[in-house]
This record gives sequence, C-alpha cells and structure tokens, in this order.
Amino acid sequence: MDKVGSARLRMTAALAACAFLVAPASARAAPEARTVILATTTSTQDSGLLDALLPVFEKETGFVVKTISVGSGQAMAMGRRGEADVLLVHSPADEQKLVEEGHGVNRRLVMHNDFVLVGPPSDPAKIRGSKSSAEAARRIAAAAALFVSRGDGSGTHSKEKGVWKAAGLGPEGQKWYQETGLGMGETLNVASEKGGYTLADRGTLLSRGKSRPLALEILVEGEPLLLNVYHVIEVNASRWPKVNAAGARAFADFMVSRRTQELIGRFGVNSGGAPLFTPDAGKKPEALGL
Amino acid sequence: MTAPAILEARGLRVERGGVAVLDIPSFRLEEGELASLIGPNGCGKTTLLLSLMCLLPRISGQVLWRGTEIATGRDAIACRRRMAMVLQEPLLFQATVYENVASGLRIRRLPRREERRKVMAYLERFGLAAFAQRSARKLSGGEARRVSIARALAVEPEVVFLDEPFANLDPPTRQAITEDLERTIRETGAAAILVTHDQSEALRMSDRIVVMHRGAIVQSGAPAVVLNEPANEFVANCMGMETIVEGVVARRTDGEIVMSVAGCEISAIGEGSPGDPVYCCIRPEHVTIDIVNPAGSSSARNVFEARIASVSSVGPYLKVKLDCGFPLVATVTGESFTTLGLARDRGVFASFKATAVHVIRRGDVGHPLARAGGPDSLPSTGRGDR
Amino acid sequence: MELVAEGLRKALQLILALDPEVLGITLLSLVVSGAATAISVVVGISTGTVIALNRFPGKKIVVSLVNTGMGMPPVVVGLFVSIFLWRNGPLGFLGLLYTPAAIVLAQTVIATPIVMGITIGAMQGLPSSMRLQILALGATRTQMVWMLVREARLPLLAGVMAGFGGVISEVGASIMVGGNIRGSTRVLTTATVMETGRGNFDVAIALSAILLAVTLLVNYLLTVVQQRERPR
Repeated sequence: MDKVGSARLRMTAALAACAFLVAPASARAAPEARTVILATTTSTQDSGLLDALLPVFEKETGFVVKTISVGSGQAMAMGRRGEADVLLVHSPADEQKLVEEGHGVNRRLVMHNDFVLVGPPSDPAKIRGSKSSAEAARRIAAAAALFVSRGDGSGTHSKEKGVWKAAGLGPEGQKWYQETGLGMGETLNVASEKGGYTLADRGTLLSRGKSRPLALEILVEGEPLLLNVYHVIEVNASRWPKVNAAGARAFADFMVSRRTQELIGRFGVNSGGAPLFTPDAGKKPEALGL
Repeated sequence: MTAPAILEARGLRVERGGVAVLDIPSFRLEEGELASLIGPNGCGKTTLLLSLMCLLPRISGQVLWRGTEIATGRDAIACRRRMAMVLQEPLLFQATVYENVASGLRIRRLPRREERRKVMAYLERFGLAAFAQRSARKLSGGEARRVSIARALAVEPEVVFLDEPFANLDPPTRQAITEDLERTIRETGAAAILVTHDQSEALRMSDRIVVMHRGAIVQSGAPAVVLNEPANEFVANCMGMETIVEGVVARRTDGEIVMSVAGCEISAIGEGSPGDPVYCCIRPEHVTIDIVNPAGSSSARNVFEARIASVSSVGPYLKVKLDCGFPLVATVTGESFTTLGLARDRGVFASFKATAVHVIRRGDVGHPLARAGGPDSLPSTGRGDR
Repeated sequence: MELVAEGLRKALQLILALDPEVLGITLLSLVVSGAATAISVVVGISTGTVIALNRFPGKKIVVSLVNTGMGMPPVVVGLFVSIFLWRNGPLGFLGLLYTPAAIVLAQTVIATPIVMGITIGAMQGLPSSMRLQILALGATRTQMVWMLVREARLPLLAGVMAGFGGVISEVGASIMVGGNIRGSTRVLTTATVMETGRGNFDVAIALSAILLAVTLLVNYLLTVVQQRERPR
C-alpha cells in the first residue's frame, strides 16, 4: 500500500481507538438508577469518614455513590437545583432554609464534631484558656492579631461568623482579618504559614497529613457554640423528578442506621487517638445543647 | 480536416474581479509541438496555462483534450494526470529528492516497483542520481530546479507546461538544464508550452512562438516569422526590434514604398498608400555603421548621416544608439568599434537595406491574430526572398 | 527544600511499589487527556485546514475567534460545560456529569482551539503556490489536503504538543465536570490539589513529579516524531 493510503489507515485506526476510549468511559458510569450523587463539604470529605463508610454502603445496597465535595454554599445550591440526590452538610441555618423552601426533605441528625480555635503557640492575643469563644474573639480583635477566615460561605464560615456575632464584633474589612475563600485545609496552611488564628473543625485538624505538621495549637474548645452538627437531607424528588429518590433514601437511612452510627463512633481512633465524630442519630437537638 | 489538437481552447474567458484577464477565442496545441509563450508580466501567460490545466474557474469557453471537451471535475483530474506543470518556484516538498520526484507517481498510485524504476531513470536523466536520499530542502537553486523538472516529467506527461522554469539561474546552469529538458521532451514526444522572457531560448527551442498582451493572443507563428514579421509594434518590441519609428507613406513605386520619417526618407519593401501612417521597425543587427559615406557603393538603399549618441554593452556586442534625425539602434562587435575608432559624438554613416525595414500599419496594436489550424503566417507584406 | 526531596522520594516509592491508586490516577490522566487531544487533533486539523485554505466572508472573524479560544481559561470552559451537563441542563439526559467522558469533553473544548489555531497558522505559512503545484501533479482534493498537512507537519506537531500540554496540566475543568471522585474521575491534577489541601505535601509533590515526568515523556516522543530527519 502506498504511503498516502497506509497513513490514512493509521489515522482511521487511531480515530477508532479514541472512540473506544471514550465509549467505555461513559459506559463505565453506572446506569442512572444506581448512581447516587452525594453533595457534601470538603471538610467532611477530608476527614476521611466517607472513604470508610461508602464502600460499606455500596456493597450493601449496590448503589454507587458519587461524592462531590464542595463548599457548603455550593452543596446547598446543588440541592436547590436538583443536581444532587442527597446532602450531608453541617450548616444548620442554611439547611433549615432549604427545607422551608421545599427543596430538602427528611432532614435527620447524623453526628457532630466540634470546632476549635487554633493559633500560633506564642498566642500573641492571649486567648488560651478563654471561657468562651466570644471572649477569645474579643481578645483577638483587641490585639489586632492576624485571623484567617475561610470566607467561603461554608458551614465553618457560618460558625465563625456566629462567634464574631456573639462577641458583638464585625471584623470584615479590618486589616488583621484575612479571608482565603478556600477550603479548610488550605486555610489551615495559610494560618500556619502566617502565624495567624483560625477556626477549624476538629475532624480536619486531626486527620491532617503528618508530612508537614501545622505550626498551630488548639487554644479554645469545648463550648456549645462551637459544636459542628451534621445532618443528612434528601433532595425533594417531587420537585426534581430526576433525583434518585430511592438511592437518596437508602443513603440517608444508612447514615442513621445503628451499625453505621457505631462505625462513626469508632472512626479515627486508630490514627488520631480520639474519635473524630460523635454519632447522634435519633437524638433531639436540645440534647446537644443547641 | 486536421487531426484534433492535443489541447485546444475555444472561446476561453477568465475574469478576476469583474475584469477579463484572459480572452482567447481559439488556441491549439498540436501533438509533440513545443510552443513558447512570450509577453510582459501580467499579460495572462500563467493564467492561460492554469486554464488549460483546468485549475482556474472560467466564465465561459471550453478546453478540449484530443477533441473531447473536459466537462466535469473528474474529467479534469483524469486529463490533468496526463499533463505536468513546472512553476517558477521549485516548490519541493519536505522530503528526500527521491520522494519528491516520486510524488506525482504516488498520486497516481503506481506500484512501488514501477515507481522505483521510473524515478531512478529520471533522476539519472537529470543528473540527480547521487542526490536521491538527500533532503530536498538542502539543494542549491539549480539542483532544486532539476528536481522540480524531474518530478514533472517522471509522470511521463503528454503535455508539459513550463512557467519560466529557468528564471534566476546563472547562464551555464540554465544552459545545461535547458538542454536536458529539451532532449527529454523531444524523446518522449510530449507537447510543451514554455513561458519565457528569454527570446533566444524561445527561438532556439520552439516550433511556434505565441505572443500575448493583456489577456489575448496577439501573434502566433513560426519563430522566424514572428521574429522578422511582427504583427504590430507591441510584438516587435517583444521580439527585440530596437528601432521603431513613426512615419507616413510618402510615395510608392512598384514593390517599394518610401516613408517620411522625421524629415528623412526611408525605403522599404511593402504595400501602402501615400498618407498611410506607419511604424518602421529595424533590427539592430541589420544596421551597419561606416565612417565614410557608402552611398553609391553599397546595395543598401537607406544611408543616413548620424551621430553616435550612446554606447552600451549587451553580452558580447555593443549596442550603439545613433541619431539620424530619428533614433536608430545598431549592434556592432567590440572589435569593429575599436578598429573604426568609433566614439560618442562621432559623426558616422548608418545604413540598412530596404528589405531590413519592417513596416507596420499604425493602429494595428492589439489585433489578435491567432488562427485555428496550426502555425500561421502573417498577411504578406509583399516581400520576396531575403 | 527537604520537603521537595521528601516528595521526590515518595514519588519514587509510589511508582516502584506500583501503588494501585496512584497508577490508576496516572493512567486515567493519560487516557482522558490523550483522548481529548486525539479528538481535538482530528477536529482541529481538519477544520483548521478548511479555514486556512478557503476564502469566505467573515474569515477574519472566525480566525480571531479561534485565536481567542486558544487562550480560554480551562476553568471557564469547565463551568460552561458543567452547566450544559447538569441533570436539568440541556445535555443532562446524557448523564455525563461526573464521569471521565465529561472531562474528555471539557478538555476537548479546551484543546481544539489550540490545535485549530496553530493549524491555521501552519497552513497559511505554506507557500501560496504549493497548493497549485500539488493539484498540477494530478492530486485529488483529498490527496492535496493530506500532502499539505504532511508539508506542515513540523508546526502541526507543535500544535498537538501544545494541545496535549494544555489539557494534561489543567485542573479547573477537571474538578468542575469530573468532581475528583475517587476511582473514577480523580486525575493527577485534581488529586494534587486535594492532597495539598489536606496537608499531605509529600504526596502532592509526588503526584506533581509524576505528572511532570509523564508530560515530559509524551512530549519527548512527539518531538522525536516531529524532528525525524531523513537519512542523508
């Protein structure tokens, strides 16, 4: 075969190969009915809890879970648009709104962990041992010490804003108050590098990689205001017909099931020492001091 | 009835931007004929070649291959594959010399073995065998030109178009390539159209010379005819008539006319009535310079006193511009010039025969004269043997 | 700096141990970006050639659009592609969001203008009478286009490398349409971002090193093809 002809054959073969590459890639995607799109937050994902729980769920039910970890705000937005099937989030005020608007149903308490105020070991604002987070916040403002905020509309960010509110302060715009707009991990990196304070969820902190430890210490903890409560919410299938209602229900049921709750309670003990989460399914909100 | 020409154009019109760039009522290329196409830049020579190859869209007209019209695109490709064109630029591909020469054959999907045979044969013919595996981009100008010609001829075309293939080559290279080319074309019996500015090349190689001007064919005929009997002033200029002067026919005697040119009288052989406005054309090779008056001792009917206005060298000769009352150009050898002691401003005598004067009726410029039926000759100017 | 050295050591460790997850991520990066590049080469070179070789009204506008597309931020492409692929979006019925196919789609959109733009430049850089000469040799239109592409292979291959480089290194679109899902849409770039966020700098550096090595290898192979010299 002459050069032109054989070259053409080579090209056709290459083309066919590409088609074969793409086709199975999308075919490998499980058929619609078996896929569950779970929108959750980066903090939840980074804690590693889902890596431990999801394989169990998938094996049990045959559903395939696609975990999309984004900021809280985006997770809620996905729920509002019917682009996710079920949400696992920790932003109570926004969650309530979502349910009131009719986009979310069956909001159920799953677990909680808590937030802590971390900062440089030198603690320039002297917040160590403060009685409340609000008091610590006031001390930071008084000292004009660097505070790094996530500033991304996430659950953590909402919690942080609550702390400032409780302290009666509005730090936005101050020179010592810097917003990263990034996830928890990045924000901790920045705080560590710059020697600033920040509010972090304990889960992310504990599950942090050991290759480059943070130059931060836990300075304030253990207050009801600092509780980080997780709920699972199913997206309203009657409003969004394309939602996998069965899969969402199955996942939500799984998260509050006794076995899973036990797993949650034990998670992180091996690596971090203390469990990262406290299982709360079935409890009344008041019991947590909310 | 004559046999069908290998290529024929009828009523061919090509326009660009609404303006006609080619208007050919009729053109024939006979089998095995080598025609030269001469004309100034932009007169449509390349356009004509491209149209004959059906590579340009035409407004109207037909192109016929051996008497059959080339109607469809598929016909065009089939005919095109029996022709070849060499453009002004060698335009070689980024590949070896072998692959370049083979490209036409590969387009025609020739089996490898036959391709190899033909390519090696044509590489030999053009002295390129040693370069077969050389990268084509690394050749000198002359070598590249040879490759481009070999590439065209390797497909063994029945018609070859050569668009100024020897431009920008030094004379020895030009000479050598031209010889190889002519030999190959004659051997294969292909017809060819050669576009050239080099008059001597055209004269030497062609069976027919075609002169074009502004998209039309102005004259088409045997080289000797076009050279010595140009149809009009334009053709004369093209073919190297250096002296072209305006005049009016003064009187006639049988077979001879006398024209009044700038106060002088020039005798010529020809037809014309007193009062006719004419051009007198004289080739510089036909003018003789004397230091003594030759009138009465020479057969030349035209003798004038003249002053040498300027001298310039043209190749091995000297071109002498004379002022006889009208401008007259003569070519003289350097030796004669020195022997006669000629110099600027020297007063001399210039003479030329009546038979050397070619008369053209004024107002004949742009008159297309190509005729169907092979090389044609001019309407006779009544000349006898020269 | 020891962090970087540590990262490189980790990279070697992961590769030599043939860590399945890392291998999977690397393979997926290659397959996804390779497929996107391949499709963009076919579309880009064919369309680019047609644009370059033909005259038509609005040609200048088309070419400037292509040139603008070359510099399109991947994250913007990712955003718009994901909007189209949303379940409730116009192409939602395809169910492509958060699958490798979605990443291939987004990366094809990123790479095609790059390949197309460079093709247009390359073809227009060929001598203008080359087309005529090839036709005069008796070529059909298809043969002519193929021969012109071969003539322009040096810049065209540079275009392929630019297209590949553009997509293997992008992260914005991959995150938006892929979702960085473990085992299915996690590629080297998205994994690097994730590991950095988690503070696993050594793993992040390892993944970066692997990405660079892979990119270098592919470009080396393409360069060898591009620079292939014929024997004297």
